[in-house]
Amino acid sequence: MGGTPTDLKLIDENGLRIDGRRPDEMRPLKIEAGVLKRADGSAYVEWGLNKVMAAVYGPRECHPRHLQNPERALVQCNYNMASFSVDDRKKPGPDRRSHEISKIISEALTHVVFTEYFPRTSIDVYIEVLQANAGTRCAGLTAASVALADAGVPMRDLVASCAAGKVADTIVLDLAKDEDNSGQADMPMGYVPTSGEIVLLQMDGDLSQEEFGKAIRMNVDACKKIHEIQRDALRRRYATKAEGPEYAVAPETKGVA
Amino acid sequence: MRVRQMDASDSKESAREIVVPGDLLAITGKKAGPGTYSEGGKIYAAQMGIKQVRPDSISVVPLSGQYIPIRGDLVIGKIVDIGASNWLVDINSPYPAPLHVNEVPWRVEFGETRKFMQIGDIVLLKIAGVDEVKRIGVSMQDHGLRKLTGGMVIEVSPSKVPRVIGKNGSMIQMLKNMTGCRVYVGQNGRIWIDGDLDNIIKAVQAIKMIEDEAHSLGLTEKVKKFLEEGSRKEA
Repeated sequence: MGGTPTDLKLIDENGLRIDGRRPDEMRPLKIEAGVLKRADGSAYVEWGLNKVMAAVYGPRECHPRHLQNPERALVQCNYNMASFSVDDRKKPGPDRRSHEISKIISEALTHVVFTEYFPRTSIDVYIEVLQANAGTRCAGLTAASVALADAGVPMRDLVASCAAGKVADTIVLDLAKDEDNSGQADMPMGYVPTSGEIVLLQMDGDLSQEEFGKAIRMNVDACKKIHEIQRDALRRRYATKAEGPEYAVAPETKGVA
Repeated sequence: MRVRQMDASDSKESAREIVVPGDLLAITGKKAGPGTYSEGGKIYAAQMGIKQVRPDSISVVPLSGQYIPIRGDLVIGKIVDIGASNWLVDINSPYPAPLHVNEVPWRVEFGETRKFMQIGDIVLLKIAGVDEVKRIGVSMQDHGLRKLTGGMVIEVSPSKVPRVIGKNGSMIQMLKNMTGCRVYVGQNGRIWIDGDLDNIIKAVQAIKMIEDEAHSLGLTEKVKKFLEEGSRKEA
């Protein structure tokens, strides 16, 4: 097993990675909540070179009707990569990969949302990857849970998500593109910090049992940090306004009858 | 105007703690109020909002969210479809609300619904009932409920409605008195305003200001000042 062979020295003699990170170091993460005006909730995530936008609509009337569940809401996620998000133009539109990611993210979010509060509705989550550099599903899930909270959707907790993998026989956290392409394994994970549940777990490549355990622990630690950044992003959204109100005098009226 | 969920409106607490889903609110001993959930004896926030501690319970007043109908709510709806014996009303919630001919103050023959209300008409209704799968029944048969003509309708976030109304209706009363407008506030976030054009604009600006600063302290005073300034300029 292993990724594409490469001349790259993925880990140097000092034990540092190509971008100078330590094996257990995450790329810098920045989250902003409430960035889109027309959506009920939204979030923007910059995670290393990844740039991801998430928008939430709903709970709203579920269409098509046959998908409605009389007992609970449906969390429908749509993951999409912009054609300019990668080096070679990505052919626009849904493909096998984006279907898969949409499905697993929906399932991860369904697990934390109180879907029983909104029978017969759907909560729609749109994840747009503007720039990709490995780990976009984690960035997408992280953004989506902030956007859900911003939309006021009742949920048990925010889902934090991060990946760990194996590169040059070392377990590393949060693989970047070159590491992902030429590494030996990649394992994205979605984690619910208050309950300690894992709501998303995938693995590409293979790890021994010890390596697997180490990767999980690394992910859990990282997810706790990510969770703090998520909470901070949500609080900041209202804190700034509370300090210095700058209301526009010109009214913008929505939905005039 | 009836008022629900008035608690947080203008309470003069010094600190308003903003919580996000999953935040631990209390270890035990209190009842988990709206916007919270309890698990293993601990109470956590289920929604982003402002933490509200009471002697016996703890709750979160949400900062955003959709309107979920509750029996008895006063709402402002818009007719979106017409059937032979009912009108379909959009009440700004995830659920459609059919208004049956038996629930209007007129006698309507089968198939003559169109003679009474057209698509696009604005109506003042009350939620007559909500069942376990959230099928909504609305009624126009109560004091003051009617078709609204003239004026204009604006929308605010349904979670901000309690602020627009104010404690015991103080905010809305002040708005009415100082602008001279007629105002109806629906729990679904729709607000109908009628009066002089200048006054309507004034009222809309004030409501916009309330919505933007719903979570700040001393809001009533700020809005009062804003309205007073306006009237001075005109004079």
